[in-house]
Amino acid sequence: MSVLSDVAVSLQRGEDDEVALLVRQALDEGQDAAAILQDGLVAGMGVVGEQFREREIFLPDVLLAARAMYAGLALLKPLLAKEGVPTAGTVVIGSVRGDLHDIGKNLVGIMLAGAGFDVVDLGNDVAPERFVDAACQHAASVIGLSALLTTTMPVMKDVVELVRARGLQERIKVIVGGAPVSDAWARQIGADAYGYDAASAVERVRALARKPA
Amino acid sequence: MKQRIEWRPADTLPELREVLLLQGIPAGVDPSPRILSIVDSATAIYLEAAEPRALVADISQDAFAGVYRGEGNNAPETPVEAVAPRADALALYVATVGARVTDRIRALFAQNEPALAAMLDAVASAAADRFTHLLAVRHAAATDGADGRGRLTLGYSPGYCGWHVSGQRALFAYLQADAIGVTLNESCLMDPLKSVSGVLAAGPADIHRFVPGYEFCADCRNRTCVSRIKAWSIPMSSD
Repeated sequence: MSVLSDVAVSLQRGEDDEVALLVRQALDEGQDAAAILQDGLVAGMGVVGEQFREREIFLPDVLLAARAMYAGLALLKPLLAKEGVPTAGTVVIGSVRGDLHDIGKNLVGIMLAGAGFDVVDLGNDVAPERFVDAACQHAASVIGLSALLTTTMPVMKDVVELVRARGLQERIKVIVGGAPVSDAWARQIGADAYGYDAASAVERVRALARKPA
Repeated sequence: MKQRIEWRPADTLPELREVLLLQGIPAGVDPSPRILSIVDSATAIYLEAAEPRALVADISQDAFAGVYRGEGNNAPETPVEAVAPRADALALYVATVGARVTDRIRALFAQNEPALAAMLDAVASAAADRFTHLLAVRHAAATDGADGRGRLTLGYSPGYCGWHVSGQRALFAYLQADAIGVTLNESCLMDPLKSVSGVLAAGPADIHRFVPGYEFCADCRNRTCVSRIKAWSIPMSSD
């Protein structure tokens, strides 16, 4: 088995120290950083995602794999940047103004980073202007909004409207999620997508990021 | 009468199954040893960091009607407005796990320990949900007398079943909940996050019977009312 296969398998097992060792070994062997990323880390995370969808593994397993992904990415990121390898895209995420819940938003951020996105996490209680300003500042193609309260859901609409008011709706897509949020709500406020859970949010963001501006 | 209650963290620990459900692991699935190990670690942190406490205050029917009306944002018809007038004892409550657990969850995320952070979040959420049950048992013991047969005390909370979350303001004003360190932000969110509040309604079990066919039920993902109603074995007309 090649070292990249070992990376993928160790990542699936959530062995962060082992993943870091193997990535280091692959680099020492002269392997290309982009290849280690794609054929090792991303390949391993792809299997994890599939197993999660099939309910063969569960959230804690995915989060351990994500931590292992980070361990590998930490070594690769400087090299990837140096080689000019593009990321999957940049996503700005946060819990909307008035909402202090951040567990769901954190999980989405972890899964997005594991899928190769650059994630700008604005935290919780984030005003609409901050979302849009950060998306412009970081050249993000997607804004991810989280709300866990029916009282804070309307702020999602404020963000969507602000994106439109600034004429950015072709360049910046908005995805919404959270316990009280639904696909119908997303459509009602004009959001571009709805993420039922962290895994589906990653799929939706991937699709949004692929859409031509 | 208003009472301040402090529990030992161990007395508020949720069942393993409740924690696993919050992690998306359904009943009937045996969690792996690795997952059980994370549960153990999260439980140890909860036991060390939790400061579970509550405020409970009896409230009259008239006073509750005012609290429930709140800012006038409730759904036109709700289960609570049918249940409460038929209860023979009402009490408002707020209970919290305390701020230290939330701090630990955030710290674990910052330390790149997401699996443990998420598990601790699940343990704390399940514990907070358990507070209502613990308070209901206590309230029932105080109001049901020697023979509690056929009686039932259950909690109902703002933010659920058509009771608008803005009702939290009147509830918190009545309880003066900051006495146990729980406050509301502008969107009526409780801080610390792992807190619960509501009204305990005691009376004959039948008063809690309702058919979850209200307009807001269509959008509800919670649906714990269904399992609650079924658990009491009260026939529902929709069955």
